[in-house]
Formats: sequence, C-alpha cells, structure tokens
Amino acid sequence: MDSEAMTTVPGRSGPPGWLELQRTSRPLGGAVAAGSSAVGEVLAEVGRSEADLRRFLHGLPGVDQVGAEARAASLATRSIKTSSKLWALEMAVRMIDLTTLEGADTAGKVMSLCAKARRPDPADAAVPPVAAVCIYPDLVPVAKRALAGSGVAVASVATAFPSGRASIAVKLADVRDAVAGGADEIDMVIDRGAFLSGRYGLVLEEVQAVKEACGQAHLKVILETGELVTYDNVRRASYLAMVGGADFIKTSTGKVSPAATLPVALVMLEAVRDFAEITGAFVGVKVAGGIRSAKDALRYLVVVNETVGEAWLDPSLFRFGASSLLNDLLMQRSKQLSGAYAGREDFSFE
Amino acid sequence: MSNSYLTDQPEHVVWEYSPAPESRSIVHLQPSYGLFIGGSFVEPVDGNTYRTENPATEEVLAEIAAAGLGDVDRAVEAAGRAQKTVWGPMPGAERAKYLFRIARIIQERSRELAVLESLDNGKPIRESRDVDVPLAAAHFFYYAGWADKLEHAGFGPHPSPIGVAGQVIPWNFPLMMAAWKLAPALAAGNTCVLKPATTTPLTALLLAEIIQQADLPPGVVNVLTGAGSVAGAALVAHPGIDKVAFTGSTEVGKDLQRALAGKGKHLTLELGGKAANIVFEDAALDQAIEGIVNGIFFNQGEVCCAGSRLLVQESIADAVVERLKSRLSTLRVGDPLDKNTDLGAINNADQLEKIRSLVEEGEAEGAVRWSPSCALPEHGYWFPPTVFTNVSPSQSIAREEIFGPVLSVLTFRTPEEAVAKANNTTYGLSAGVWTEKGSRILWMAQHLRAGVVWANTFNRFDPTSPFGGYRESGFGREGGRHGLAAYLDV
Repeated sequence: MDSEAMTTVPGRSGPPGWLELQRTSRPLGGAVAAGSSAVGEVLAEVGRSEADLRRFLHGLPGVDQVGAEARAASLATRSIKTSSKLWALEMAVRMIDLTTLEGADTAGKVMSLCAKARRPDPADAAVPPVAAVCIYPDLVPVAKRALAGSGVAVASVATAFPSGRASIAVKLADVRDAVAGGADEIDMVIDRGAFLSGRYGLVLEEVQAVKEACGQAHLKVILETGELVTYDNVRRASYLAMVGGADFIKTSTGKVSPAATLPVALVMLEAVRDFAEITGAFVGVKVAGGIRSAKDALRYLVVVNETVGEAWLDPSLFRFGASSLLNDLLMQRSKQLSGAYAGREDFSFE
Repeated sequence: MSNSYLTDQPEHVVWEYSPAPESRSIVHLQPSYGLFIGGSFVEPVDGNTYRTENPATEEVLAEIAAAGLGDVDRAVEAAGRAQKTVWGPMPGAERAKYLFRIARIIQERSRELAVLESLDNGKPIRESRDVDVPLAAAHFFYYAGWADKLEHAGFGPHPSPIGVAGQVIPWNFPLMMAAWKLAPALAAGNTCVLKPATTTPLTALLLAEIIQQADLPPGVVNVLTGAGSVAGAALVAHPGIDKVAFTGSTEVGKDLQRALAGKGKHLTLELGGKAANIVFEDAALDQAIEGIVNGIFFNQGEVCCAGSRLLVQESIADAVVERLKSRLSTLRVGDPLDKNTDLGAINNADQLEKIRSLVEEGEAEGAVRWSPSCALPEHGYWFPPTVFTNVSPSQSIAREEIFGPVLSVLTFRTPEEAVAKANNTTYGLSAGVWTEKGSRILWMAQHLRAGVVWANTFNRFDPTSPFGGYRESGFGREGGRHGLAAYLDV
C-alpha cells in the first residue's frame, strides 16, 4: 500500500481517469464540436499511449447486463401523448438516414431512393424530407445530383464497409473517394478485430485518420455492437470513437445480427451523456438495422429523451438508419391525422 | 448544433407522455362488503362497519365490515372444522389442484386485481400489474407444486400440518402478502383466518371471491376485515388458533410476541427494516443508480426491505449523488392508474404524518434535504421523492424505519467499514451490494447480517427464494422450501 502511494508523484503522473474527468467536468449546455481544443485539452492525455488508453477504457464504470436490459424494458412501456406522437412521428421521419446498401444497387435504385427522401409522401407535401440517404461510395455522385437543393444530406459508408478488413491506406482512399464525390457524411466501421484483441490504439488512430480525411464531412463511427457482444465493450468503443473525433456513434452496419437493440442504444446514449458532461461536446447517436416499425422508433425516442434529454431529439444528434421504417412512420402519421389506416399501396416503394 | 445543413427545422414541441390510465371500469366495486366466513360473505355480528378510501383522491371506495369478537369465534370455528374434516385429511395431490386453480384464476383476473390494488393502496399500476399480481399467482403455483411432496421437503417422513393459522398482513402489498401467507399454509394442510390491513381490504376480499370461484371447501380460508386492535388482536389470541403469522411493524410484532409467550402457539414474524444499499466505486454506475431508485422508491418506499440507507464509497459519492438527483428529476409522481407513473400515493394519512415528522426530525438534526421539483396532486396523501445527504449514522433518519420515499445517504471508505455501518442497525431484513467484483459480493454476503442480500439488483422477489429477517426484523422464512417449515409441525 505504502510503496504504491510513494510512487504517485505530486502533480500527476498518469492520464486522467474517468472519475477524475467527471470531477473536472464542465456544466452541460455549452455545445462544443468534438475535436475542438476544449475536448482536445481534456482528452489529449487519454490517448497518449496504448497503456494510458487501456487504463482509461478499463477504468470506465462497467455495465451490468441484467440492469441495463431491465431499464430499457421498463422505458419501453412509456406511452406518448397523442399530440406529442404526431410530432414524434414527424421527428422520426426527419431523423431517417434512408439506406440502401446492396450489391445489387444501381443508379436507378439510388435515384428512386433520393426521390423518396426528398418527398417521402407524394400525397402530402407537409411530410418533411428525411435527414440523409445512405449509400455505397461509388453511388455518391448519383445521389448528390439527385438531391441537389433538397437539404437532404448524402451519407456514404466507407472504410471497407461492412467488415473493415482492409489496410488503412485502402480505407482512407475509400473515404477520400466518397468525400470527393460530394458525401456530406461518412459512416466508417471500426476495426473490430483490433478492438477485440485489445489493440485500442490502432482503433483510435484509424478513427482519427478517417476524421482527418473527412475534411468538412461529418463522421459517423459504426461500432458494430453485434460483434462487440458485451455492453462493457460497447461503452469502451463508444468512448474510443468519441475521443477519436466522431460526430456520431452508430450501432451497426445492418449486416450483422443482432443489429440495434434498445439496451445497446441506452448504453451508447449514456456514454454520449457522460462525454458531454466531461467535455461539453454533444455527440450524436445513430441506431441502424432491424428498426422497422413506428412503435420501435418511438421507443428509441423515449430512451433518448429519458437518458440524454430533449436536446438530442433532433436530427443533428439522433438518426435512424433504416428503409422500411419510413413507410410505417408515414402510415402511422396519416392514421393520426385521419383516424383511419391507409393501405400499404398508398405509400410508395422507394 | 454543428450540422448546419439541417436548417428547416419545424418549431420545437415539448415532449409529453400521455396520461394512459388503466380503465377503472374493469373493477365492479360493491357499495359494501361483508366478512368471508365458512365459504360465504356474511354480515358482522355487531353490524359495525368502516370505510376504505382511495389514498390518491381521498374518495370513499366502499363500506367494509368491521369484525368483532363474535366474528372471530365464528371464523376460527369454521376453519377448525374444515381443517379436521376436509382439508387436513385430503391427499396433497388434491389440495394442489385447488391451489393451481386459484393461481390460474388470479392470472385470468389479473387486470381487475391490479386496478383494485392500485385504487385501494395508491401504488402505481405499473407495479401492481408487473409485480404484485404476477408474484401472487406465482406463489400459489409454486406451493401447489409442494402440496403432494411434503414428505420430500426435508422435514421428516410424515410432516403434519399445524392446524388453524391466524394471519395478519400489512397494507403495503395487500394481495401479495395474502398469497405469501395463504399458499404455503394451504399446501401444508392448514386452514386459515386472514386479517387484511384496515386500509387495504379490497383485494383480499376479491381473493375470497376467487377462492369461492375455485370451489375451495367452505371454511378453509376465511377473511376478517376490521381494526387490528380488535379483530387482529382477538384473532391471534384465540385459543382455536395454532399458528400465528404476522407481517407488519416491529412495535406490533413485539407486543404480539409478549402476548403469545407461553401460549404454545407457533409464531413467525416479518417486521421492519432499515436496509443498507451499498455501492462500491467499481460498481456499474448507471445500473446502480437505477437500483438505488428501485430500492427506495419502489412502492413509495413502503417496503419493509427498502434500501433506505444508501452507503456509497466516498470516492464516488459526489458523482453518485449528482446522478441520482438528475435521475430523480425524471421520476413521475401522480395518478396511480396512469401507466407512466413511477411514484403513487402514500397509503394513509397516519403514514404520511409519520413520514413528515421523521423528515422534519432529519432536517432538525442537520441533514440536508433535497427533492426534485414536482407538483403533487391537491387531494390525497402525497410525499415527494426525498434524498438526505450529510447524514451521520447516529441521526434518526439513519436508524428509524421511515416507510416512505425518503433516502438517507451515508458514505464509507473500506469494505470493512461498509459492513460495520450496514450492520449497525437493530434490524436485519435485507441489504444490497453493488460491485463488479464477484469475490467481494460473496465476502459481503457472508458478513452482512441480513436475511436477503441482493447483488447488483434490489427488491427482486421470487417464490422459490426464502425471505425473512434477523433480529428486530423478525424470524421465520417465507418462500421456498423453507417457507413450508412455518406451517408444518416440525
């Protein structure tokens, strides 16, 4: 005990631990973009060396699986007021990254997706456009043309999506290609192999390198939580991505099952909340894969509201990566307005 | 926000949860209720009645019979006869069928029971629907399984029932406590006279109706409503009662034990508590916060095993208290029948007064009181979720059972100190330990003097798990195989 105490140099020798950061945290409210100097100051030391990074990530409070799942299940029973529901359904539409990520994607498919994104309900111009379309890099120029002037962003997956198994040079080339094509947002994947084998520094460096390659484009970092498996890993990966400069952290590629789940979203939102307390920076969360019904979407919004608060109920801080969800939201919205369900055929195929 | 390209945002609307009330119409309240004796509802001999009210609104729900000495005689006699002639001699497998039937009817009528429980008790429908009623059914299912296997329960080859059980239960979990008492007693071959709490008789009376519906032989279960000082006292002292089971305050429990000394009656007591919920610095923090909230605000803190003393390691005390406060700001206090409600009404005016006076005492003794800003309804009995910091172990809010939504926060530095502080109480019902370290959980469980130790959770109940206390929290166990011992002549 004593000898241990002796080695602690007055001042400080190591990087700040999580608790220490909590103590020196800034009050919430002053939103600062991630990667700015304020964040940099606080977190610069965290990623100084592989050992420091590891110490920091393993010093984060753990997540109890049973407790996290129970909390998510209990939030799923909340019901939303009818007047708020219409607002929430429209908000969910505005939060959608309308996605197609298939080998069979063509320019034609992407153009029809973009048309749907601009005007989700042809019968009702009051329906707002979605946040973005999400596609493979080679189709970015097609989408960019189709969405010109619409306010809908073009998001492109990159970094050897979905596996991420390529050299960093290839990954960065992938990113630069998408950005050059006009992508407003880049959805990268982390190197899960490196993460699971404990090479956190490698994961962090990749996020930082991609962030730099993004330039003005916003960076979403896909954790692929279905491959990380434990909630502890999800929390650590969330911090890694945020320290690396992510504007958004995203659950999944949609290619691995399970994709987004309510407890995973809860854990990520808690990480985002804590990160904001420490640094003042608001990082967004995107849930992707498996969210098909309006009911599911509203449950996520309840968890967002209860965990990080109303500030995050905005497309700049919360997104759904989905395709079929949109039509269910439209159907529920028209039901709220007219009192009766419309048929599936009343809504367009994207 | 940084994503400036998203400019055309509609006007912000405040996010609101809908008052989603469970429909009252499922419950058919009668204007008045009689006593359940010998298989039918009868008028009390003296004709005395009282009113039961909805604590959330102070609205009168029904007129209830107040049992007198004559009624106690009748009920005990009916139970004695049923025990000797029908229920005692009946093969266990046959008794099991009745218990399974009761369990199934509880499930079938679960919505009705849940709404009635919330009306009469004031607890949120989320809890009566998801905890009280399912657990009541589960207890009947569980003990139904034991009824034909008593000789394998570890109490000798021919365990015999005790006889007639007089059971007095509290108002905090009216239906669930009735199930905890009746199910093991009936499985073991005893007959019962149940005295529900004065302020919460309605679900016990609905259970009596369910018992009728299940065709239980007359007299096997009798329900006497009325005052504890009259019906309760006469019941436990009655010479025809062989076994007394009481759940309630330590004060009454002590009186009961004095009154029964030397009378040769079997006795089990489940009394008060002042449980420590111990959070170590390596705990899963977000889940620990949920556990603290569930530990003390579940059922408005009107739980004998509530985690009313938060013992938090000093190194994380500030972070925990800060997070706890921001979490409490999201708690929803109000209409118990609203499905979004987290905290309902205090069950009765006396209890509210007791909470108020203890809280005032805490403030006077120098502890710092905090509550989130929340509007309380005008009518009914309400108390906001309350947290005391700067609490020292000698203060009354750290020692006395408040039985309300009031948490006292204390700190510790080492596991030894945590155990010493946790055990520094006259009670010993439950405790909670929050740490990611498995070995520490086991070490703590060994050293905590409490009947139940929860690890990384709190207020979890299961019919297979024995529940009961040490010292002034009482003796005897309910639930599990151990729960049978209280109703067998062993």
